[in-house]
Amino acid sequence: MGNVTITIDGQKVTVPQDYYIIQAAKEIGIDIPALCYDPNLEVAGACRLCLVEVEGWRKLETSCSTKVREGMVIYTESERVVNMRKEILQLLLDNHPNDCLTCQKAGECLLQQYAYRYDVKFREHDGARRPNYVDTSSPYILKDDSKCILCGKCVRTCAQVHDRKVLAFAGRGFDTRIVADGDFTLEESSCVSCNRCVVVCPVGALVDRRLLGKTRVWDSQIKGVKCKACDYGCNFEVISKKGKNIAVRAKAPSQGRPLCLKGRLTTEFIYLDEPETPYKKVNGKFVEASWKEALELDGIFEKLVEEEKKGVGAE
Amino acid sequence: MMTIQELNEIKERTLKTMELRLQKKDTGKHVLICGGPGCHSSNAGEIKEVFEEKIREKGLDDVKVTLAGCFGLCETGPNVEIYPEGIFYSRIKVEDIDKIVDSHLCKGEIVEELLYEGSIEDGNIKPVSEVDFYKKQVKIALRNCGIIDYENIDEYIALDGYQALAKVVLEMTPQEVIELMKEANLRGRGGAGFPAGRKWETAFKYPADQKYVICNADEGDPGAFMDRSILEGDPHSVLEAMAICGYAIGADQGFIYIRAEYPVAVHRLEVAIRQAREKGLLGKNIFGTDFNFDIELRLGAGAFVCGEGTALMESIEGKRGMPRPKIHRTAHRGLWGKPTIINNVETFANVPAIILKGADWFKSIGTEDSPGTKVFALGGKIKNTGLVEIPMGITLREIIFDIGGGIPNGKEFKAVQTGGPSGGCIPKEHLDTPVDFASLGKLGSIMGSGGMIVLDEDDCMVDIARFFLDFTVDESCGKCVPCREGTKRMLEILERIVNGEGTPEDLDRLESLAETITEGSLCGLGQTAANPVISTMKYFRDEYEAHVYEKRCPAGSCQALLEFFITEDCIGCTKCARNCPVSCIEGKVKERHVIDTGKCIKCGTCMEVCPVGAVIKR
Repeated sequence: MGNVTITIDGQKVTVPQDYYIIQAAKEIGIDIPALCYDPNLEVAGACRLCLVEVEGWRKLETSCSTKVREGMVIYTESERVVNMRKEILQLLLDNHPNDCLTCQKAGECLLQQYAYRYDVKFREHDGARRPNYVDTSSPYILKDDSKCILCGKCVRTCAQVHDRKVLAFAGRGFDTRIVADGDFTLEESSCVSCNRCVVVCPVGALVDRRLLGKTRVWDSQIKGVKCKACDYGCNFEVISKKGKNIAVRAKAPSQGRPLCLKGRLTTEFIYLDEPETPYKKVNGKFVEASWKEALELDGIFEKLVEEEKKGVGAE
Repeated sequence: MMTIQELNEIKERTLKTMELRLQKKDTGKHVLICGGPGCHSSNAGEIKEVFEEKIREKGLDDVKVTLAGCFGLCETGPNVEIYPEGIFYSRIKVEDIDKIVDSHLCKGEIVEELLYEGSIEDGNIKPVSEVDFYKKQVKIALRNCGIIDYENIDEYIALDGYQALAKVVLEMTPQEVIELMKEANLRGRGGAGFPAGRKWETAFKYPADQKYVICNADEGDPGAFMDRSILEGDPHSVLEAMAICGYAIGADQGFIYIRAEYPVAVHRLEVAIRQAREKGLLGKNIFGTDFNFDIELRLGAGAFVCGEGTALMESIEGKRGMPRPKIHRTAHRGLWGKPTIINNVETFANVPAIILKGADWFKSIGTEDSPGTKVFALGGKIKNTGLVEIPMGITLREIIFDIGGGIPNGKEFKAVQTGGPSGGCIPKEHLDTPVDFASLGKLGSIMGSGGMIVLDEDDCMVDIARFFLDFTVDESCGKCVPCREGTKRMLEILERIVNGEGTPEDLDRLESLAETITEGSLCGLGQTAANPVISTMKYFRDEYEAHVYEKRCPAGSCQALLEFFITEDCIGCTKCARNCPVSCIEGKVKERHVIDTGKCIKCGTCMEVCPVGAVIKR
């Protein structure tokens, strides 16, 4: 694979020729805003925020889906580009609840970050809005449709694990929604609470329910850990406040790592000072479970104790 | 397996049975009944059966009856032609058939009162070919529509059907086919006008173990039925062309992506594909060569956006029909990641004719930049609603007034909307614009797939823009932000304006939204969604301003803004006051009456009952 040299905002950079512009920009520390782009997911080109100007090209191009070409001269923050981003952000804010004060995502929300960066504000209008539907059926995931910006990352990440494919688009146009299976609640659906979708959601539409109300991101310390439940070793974060470990949350899955509920609970059990009651889905209903059940240690645990005893006796 | 000899034998044999309608023989009669979409739904099937029954009763052995594809003049359907004279009867009902059989078929006496009104001039009866509606038309894509029996492959073969396929697989290399197509410069009839030959060449040059040919038959513009008529009237022309394309690029599988709302076209295609397979014209070893090609149908589920190439492929792949970002050319990586050619129905229908008659012949029709013809579906405020095929380069005026017969009821022409929801409105000062890809684009409209909606003085341009935006908002797939959110906001503004609630800022907002949607959207649907607004704001800004500043609809069409008014012509007959359902009209006998506009519910009853036309909308 050959390399090409391009110029981004006046800086020259040499990158492999199969790079997208957004990747090349990242190499030299230029952060092009994007809500639907994720290097681990199939390119969607849906949010249009990453549009950039390429010298000599008539139209603006999305940097997430345009490959670099030798000699390209790119402007990522030209007036034309910035105006377009402002318009797009305004369209998103016009259809987004003004809930940043209490939204769990505040501080980590990409929409919030970009609105601040481009100085776009909420405004009053009497036009249509997304229906205010909140799915509270799952103890692990809170799905708030009114905050969804339809970037589709959740659908794409869910589809990456062969037997999941729970989330999908439904409806069309302004009425498009993300649904689980045939428009069921997360509890009724085949959702396995792996929280892959929560991890990739750029806004507060999918949040980790077990974090809700516990802390704000700027009030907490976050430490990365590896899950010990299986060989994949998925990444998790332990969140602590005032020296106490209060919550665990999944980190973005990559390199084929699947994330799963058992791993999450195992990590919670290992690290948290006061682990919350775990829930298991039994016949389409979430029911409280003991930690032994949740970690699937039934029988194994007793056997281990037996073995320990035997071992001690033999010595 | 079919050989060229057998193909020619079928041709000779079948031609003999078609001599009457081709006007090559003058003993006997041939009744041709239009089976196009309009006539089909207004009882053409029963008309055919009754004709056959009456003819049997009378023992007329030398009269043949055929249900053919669309004749084009939908306005006057159901249409019937009688050959060899080419007499054109229109608006035929089942009860009229006795008369036609008794006098025309038995005695040779034309039933004048049932003739198409345009076929009598100065007391003389003109054959159908001389009628104004047909005179200026040149038929390539529709060459067989209305002539052949669409469910009889032999009749297609009789009119040189599958000769082009035989010629390419037996006598030409793929490169030669591509060169010929490039030379002919056939531009995509789906709307964008990309040269088919260049597209084919791109796919041909890209090595792959599997390539595909797709026919885009997801015709969805409101009021457009060009492709439907071709598929229903001449399905084999599309099948033959797809096989030719397959040979040129090296594909052995084709798909026709057709909307499920076209059940008749689906059925006729199924019949045609079966017949072509039985004759060995599709399948393995076509004409004894090692060229294999087969075609399958894929039915769309009713989403307009699936007419967009990448969404169409997603849909064929079994996914939700949403456009893909254009990272690769479809001709390189299309369906299932393989080189794919997508052409629309009308584009394909031109191909066999080009192969047989050559690039020079094709280029002799139309203009240099846009050779050939274009099929349009004429609709709206026009006398001759229907389907026309015209050489590129003739003017909008010729299409609307000479072929279309102009505006009915003595009304004034206002604008013509071309290109459906992606197109724009062209006002009367541009009526002499030649119809070709570049000229319509310059005016802010597009050629589009061929919808042409004529508007008259009673049509409000803001409301027309609102109508098309309403369609786009409904059909946006919801994937990208500018289209999903932007078109909705635009529609909300337009709704405010037609309801008399628009503000001057709304006009600015419309313009900035139009720019964002056009420049920011992912696919062609979004990128062109604002065109109806942009073009009406460009040519009819005064109408927008009248709505916003004066709360007035100049066309008198926006219900919320109009006012009923009694002029000086009032004779004081009191009829309006007596009929008003809300008793808001006052006045003494023989004195001018007055409407209390505060109470008026704008039902229009006063206007209807006034004997002297003194009530007006303003």
